Amino acid sequence: MSATTLLLPALMIAAVWFLAALDGALAGRAAGRPVGPAAAAVEPVRATARLLVGQRRSTLAADGLLRWAGIASLSVAAVLAAAVVPLGERPLVDLSVGVVWFNAMEVVAWAAVWLVGWGPNGALSLVGGYRFVAQGLSYELPHMFAIITAALAAGSLRITDIVDAQAGLWFVVLMPAAFVAYLLSAAAMAFWGPFDAPVARDTAGGAGSELSGVDRLLFAGGRRLLLVAAASMAVPLFLGGGHGPWLPAWAWVLLKTAAVLVVLVWLRHQLPTIRMDRWAEISWVVLVPLTIVQALVVALVVLARGGM
Amino acid sequence: MVLAVFCVLSLLALSSGVLVFVVDSMARATFCLLVSFLAVAAMVLMTGLAYLGVVIILMMIIEMVIMAVFMVMFMMNPAGLMPMSMFHNTRGAAVISGLVFTGLAAGILVVDWPQRRGAPAPDPTVALGEALMGGHMLTMMTLGVTLFATIVATVVLSTGRGRYDRLGDDLDAERADDPTGGGVGR
Repeated sequence: MSATTLLLPALMIAAVWFLAALDGALAGRAAGRPVGPAAAAVEPVRATARLLVGQRRSTLAADGLLRWAGIASLSVAAVLAAAVVPLGERPLVDLSVGVVWFNAMEVVAWAAVWLVGWGPNGALSLVGGYRFVAQGLSYELPHMFAIITAALAAGSLRITDIVDAQAGLWFVVLMPAAFVAYLLSAAAMAFWGPFDAPVARDTAGGAGSELSGVDRLLFAGGRRLLLVAAASMAVPLFLGGGHGPWLPAWAWVLLKTAAVLVVLVWLRHQLPTIRMDRWAEISWVVLVPLTIVQALVVALVVLARGGM
Repeated sequence: MVLAVFCVLSLLALSSGVLVFVVDSMARATFCLLVSFLAVAAMVLMTGLAYLGVVIILMMIIEMVIMAVFMVMFMMNPAGLMPMSMFHNTRGAAVISGLVFTGLAAGILVVDWPQRRGAPAPDPTVALGEALMGGHMLTMMTLGVTLFATIVATVVLSTGRGRYDRLGDDLDAERADDPTGGGVGR
């Protein structure tokens, strides 16, 4: 195992820490108890330590195997999804079908959250698990159309080819609707606000309601790892990857990923949790046609440029 | 090495396939089946068909999660609380599967496999697609649209509430009368 292989999880954990600190700072400000930057930075570390030593809750007639499978697969899938994101010039693994691989790894979250909801044999956690499946069915099609539009414009499913195709013009300019649909689906796949109904307070924490100790740490951490993976994938797909003046490619990737994360955290504190029935209709009636038309426009542009 | 990986994957696919019928809970049965399919997808990846292998992983995960919902909804034993048998017509099934297995295994051993001629295609997925659909693209396209039209028609015919229930006999209601609200405010 080389050093770069370990660099990816380490960077992702650092990004999760950044995310949690920023989220805590914004939550404190919204609650009228502003916390300083140092306190906000220490809080995720303290919460992690508390969960590490916390006792694990067990429930009656739980399906421990499935619950464990769900908790474990969430973090693993997030790291595997991020393995095709170029950290600078090259990703950890430069697959010829990188876009599809990313998509395949991120839908592991469907299975993971449903299993975590099912496993403890609790009504509220089961509600959360089912909510996430409904949410997944709503966000997945616009999400797929959005990422395939980027692949269509580059004429390749390889992430590095998609980055190279943006040397002149970032895809966010060519396909703004696809970018917006991608950002929404990135938040939705990590059940991050306003799409946090699967773990919302009206069900006492939903899918994660029966988790404590290390289980809760891995579930909450895996969710944030998935958000980091989705945010970092927005950079090569729409924001020009490592392209940019003065700074080296890796610095641009880090800066852009951090910017996307800041937007996602800020959105969470601006918008209330959206109900599944509302989100399903918005997604199917507005986003699906919008992303299809976006794909059509990009296809016409590609044809006009003499591609294909 | 390749042989070892293949053996591990095929054992995993077979054993989790058997477990589908052994375990007592619909959730476990569904995810055993998913493990079996993922092992098969990994074997497809081993043949160099990167796109097909990854798409199988993607589709099977989505499919099995949706199937878990329906299995729990419709099967008699949602969570292993009520004992039930997953077997039907055991004797007939044993005979049929035994015959099929013998036939296929005999085929592997008896057939005179050809030697490779020429070099492997640069992109095996493209080559496979050409071989499967090269001359039949129009047929396949028509088939795809027909299948999709069938799905839409089936849903339209089977839905309990049509547009007249929603918008009145003259389709001129101000707001649709829906049992649940949506997000677009119709």
